Amino acid sequence: MTDSGMFGARGTGDTSGYGGLARSAASTGSSERPYGGYFDGLVDDLERAYPEFSTSIERVVVDRGELTLHVKREKLVETSMVLRDVLKFEMCMGVSGIHYPQNTGRELVAVYPLLSMTNNRRVRLEVSVSDADPHIPSLVEVWAGNNWHERETFDMFGIIFDSHPGLTRILMPDDWQGHPQRKDYALGGIAVEYKGATIPPPSERRSYS
Amino acid sequence: MTAFDPYAPSRETTEGTVFSVTGGDWDSLVQEIGSTKEERVVVNMGPQHPSTHGVLRLILELEGETVTEVRCGIGYLHTGIEKNMEFRNWTQGTTFVTRMDYLGPIFNETAYCLAIEKLLGITNDVPERASVIRVMMMELNRISSHMVALGTGALELGAITPMFFAFREREIVLDIFEMISGLRMNMAYIRPGGVQQDLPEGAIPKIRDAVKLMRKNFKDNTNLLVGNSIWLKRTQGIGYLDLAGATTLGITGPVLRSTGLPWDLRKMQPYCGYENYDFDVVTADTCDVYGRFLIRMNELEQSLRIIEQALDKLEALEGAPVMVADKKIAWPAQLALGSDGLGNSLNHIREIMGTSMESLIHHFKLVTEGFHVPAGQVYQGIESPKGELGAHVVSDGGTRPYRMHFREPSFNNLQATAAMSEGGMIADIIAAVASIDPVMGGVDR
Repeated sequence: MTDSGMFGARGTGDTSGYGGLARSAASTGSSERPYGGYFDGLVDDLERAYPEFSTSIERVVVDRGELTLHVKREKLVETSMVLRDVLKFEMCMGVSGIHYPQNTGRELVAVYPLLSMTNNRRVRLEVSVSDADPHIPSLVEVWAGNNWHERETFDMFGIIFDSHPGLTRILMPDDWQGHPQRKDYALGGIAVEYKGATIPPPSERRSYS
Repeated sequence: MTAFDPYAPSRETTEGTVFSVTGGDWDSLVQEIGSTKEERVVVNMGPQHPSTHGVLRLILELEGETVTEVRCGIGYLHTGIEKNMEFRNWTQGTTFVTRMDYLGPIFNETAYCLAIEKLLGITNDVPERASVIRVMMMELNRISSHMVALGTGALELGAITPMFFAFREREIVLDIFEMISGLRMNMAYIRPGGVQQDLPEGAIPKIRDAVKLMRKNFKDNTNLLVGNSIWLKRTQGIGYLDLAGATTLGITGPVLRSTGLPWDLRKMQPYCGYENYDFDVVTADTCDVYGRFLIRMNELEQSLRIIEQALDKLEALEGAPVMVADKKIAWPAQLALGSDGLGNSLNHIREIMGTSMESLIHHFKLVTEGFHVPAGQVYQGIESPKGELGAHVVSDGGTRPYRMHFREPSFNNLQATAAMSEGGMIADIIAAVASIDPVMGGVDR
């Protein structure tokens, strides 16, 4: 029986929230002009300052009052330099990774929120790469503050930021196996060592039922 | 090497001689180090050290007392909050985020809830009374957070009395939090769509009294530290970071404002109705530890001003709702005080158990499964006491976040440690780190 129900539950209609509700990644297309607000002016400025705009920017998305530019990986540093020097985006608020295992060829996404204090504007850059070739050029040369953020995203998602000055794990121990925030990495299930004894992960312990 | 010393044993490695110091006999250590030819010493400070502000590890390269290189080791408090949140519904997420920067729980919750509200498209539907309560709670929290920054910062530089005063003021704020939410820390009080419950009876006069008391009390620390010659010598010209350095390192908050730039998201990109309050952005132009100290001291008064205005607004909004009207989002519980404490009101229990099957289903679905958030992503930045706290939220249309990321100001600002301390004296690292005010719970999440 298919029943969309008043709460919009799809699939199994599982009410526990833990039984694997149907989840699919959002895939919005490109937005149409006018974008609204300062976004039109911002994109115009970028087009004028950056002749390769059409070949570097794959999509321009405006959603919920926020502007996202999807940038080709090879052009990321170039685009960032223009955004920093000409459009005065002085600050990069770090990088956040997202893992979409079902998006074949673009499994890993890096998101950079930029801030221009001069013009009081925000824009977001998004770069997607495949799991088989998880390389993205580092932006530490452009915004030095991205150093630790890129290390964190490498640590958690396994995205390799090329030409980063020291891409090592930052939050997890140096000898940790795997990248914990990927979707194929289960929550929990880590054996605990205590006073020399190893306590198996919760999923492998005795059950008394 | 002389005879074995249990307090400072040494061993040879490929990197040179390693001394393990567990405290105690410093004379023998100094003798041993003095007997080697090496001028350059690498010292591991922390992660368990009273003046590193939590479990921060500093790896220092020294030439005498001069610091030539500093590196930070973090991750000792990593708790996987972002990963855990992907396995709990949107409302449950507030109990996770409140534990990140545990000195600013209200800020974490507000950033998270504002982001969810943006994703849901209900930003303008949040009742005004809820927004005013959020602002009041945030400013109270800013005071308690700044108090810890000032108190522990002074303590780490050897001044003990300011800490007593600072923690006395923090206690006043925590008592107010306890009165309003039942908890002193980690309140999970701000919820998607509003706040958990309305203010209790008699809260407004009590907060007014507390504001008066704090305004008087703040003078104690001002008298102790502002212009104090020892304090000036320890803080002026120390931990220098100018505007160019702060910008490229993405530094925000008091550290950025100490370079003279009046950048405050409450003014520049207002949220929760901050545009309706009258307050000043405090700056300094010294780029040093003393400037950051003065900024925090003066921001206390600005927070008190905002709290007073919020109280006036709350009096005018008496009885107004504190949660969105949409019953598909608002938490179904109607809290009331019973003989056995705070819980679901008897009227609500009577309705769902006795009269309306649909209400019961609704309650059950919303509590167990939660509400759906349309697919998409947003970034919401707010001005926390440490700088820009950004919540990057990705939804796939489900009842749980697909990905949560917090741009923690402490995490980002700690990167400035090297720029502030290299070339200075070892004692000044402590002052520089204290002026960044990192909270390791937020740094490591």
